[in-house]
Amino acid sequence: MAEETLKGCSDCAKKKAARWREDFPIDWEADNYITRREMVKYLALGSLTIAGANFLLAGVPHLLASPQMPRVKLGSLSDLAPGSSALFRYPTPDDPCIAVRKPDGSLVAYSSVCTHLSCAVIHDRQQNTLFCPCHNGYFTLNEGRPYAGPPNRPLPRIRLEQQGDEIYAVGVEV
Amino acid sequence: MSFANGMEFFIDHSRCIGCEACVQACEECDTHRGISMIHLETIMRADSVQTAPQVCMHCEDPICAQVCPADAIKKTEEGVVLSSLKPRCIGCSNCVLACPFGVPKYRAEINQMMKCDMCYDRTSIGKRPMCATVCPSGALTFTTREQIERTRQGSAIREWMFGGEVVKTKVNVLVPRSVQRLDVTVERPGETRTDEYDVANLLKGD
Repeated sequence: MAEETLKGCSDCAKKKAARWREDFPIDWEADNYITRREMVKYLALGSLTIAGANFLLAGVPHLLASPQMPRVKLGSLSDLAPGSSALFRYPTPDDPCIAVRKPDGSLVAYSSVCTHLSCAVIHDRQQNTLFCPCHNGYFTLNEGRPYAGPPNRPLPRIRLEQQGDEIYAVGVEV
Repeated sequence: MSFANGMEFFIDHSRCIGCEACVQACEECDTHRGISMIHLETIMRADSVQTAPQVCMHCEDPICAQVCPADAIKKTEEGVVLSSLKPRCIGCSNCVLACPFGVPKYRAEINQMMKCDMCYDRTSIGKRPMCATVCPSGALTFTTREQIERTRQGSAIREWMFGGEVVKTKVNVLVPRSVQRLDVTVERPGETRTDEYDVANLLKGD
């Protein structure tokens, strides 16, 4: 009798299947089937996540970086003749820097760690430029931009402040 | 709904000699090392030495998967009902209670159900299941239907009757030619069934 009942309704299995079963199919293939909409959603959300992560990675260090840089007295401007340079360390004793007094009398300071392979950058008096002797890298004196040789990132610039004759280092511009 | 090479699984209970080679072979499989997914049942142990291997019958409409609340049991396109998916199985044992053949077993130590998957890692690439490769008496055979019909006396059927429910399986059992369908209907109190091949009667051991 039971068999007759089953035979009597040939698509019983289809009728019995609940609607939620469509989302949780028993067949392996149907379970692993990825619809176009799902894939596009995955791609879009994935791209958004990666883009967001990039913004976070780029932005968070700026937010976390302490705005309070030490104010360090470097010396008096009159000690440094135009066209000459002096070495100092800022902001910590592990960060070598170079201050150059340009021939016009203005003073600029940069980190003296070459952005290529961290050699010490020196002041080239003849060409009035910053020069890294390890691999012949050149940086402009006005902005610290690399213009020759392997380095391709500018030197971090040290912000200076002048009070009378005294020169203070007050910050670093990366 | 079958393997590309036309191979099918056949159980001939009458040929089983109880050597447990299938159990050992199943245990040696690298995908579930140390745990056998084939059960070797003893039939009327007090009076008989008859044993019967029980692999998953791989139902066409697997009730274990139907009752799974965690969507952990899947059926492949070849009709093989796989063991539970580790990330999904919640160890509720619904399948253990639902399976009419008693195949799924709950493993408390890993809180997961494990069952025979017809060695899907092997059968899907044309190899035979571990148990069928080692069975010395041909009780477990993985071959083509033509080969079985040519070499065995009985006929291979895969239709079962559990009470009012007809269950069609992927795995065949060899029965005498007169039998079309195995009836495993449990008798009600006061009702006696006379069917010669009624499993409930056989298990009762009268």
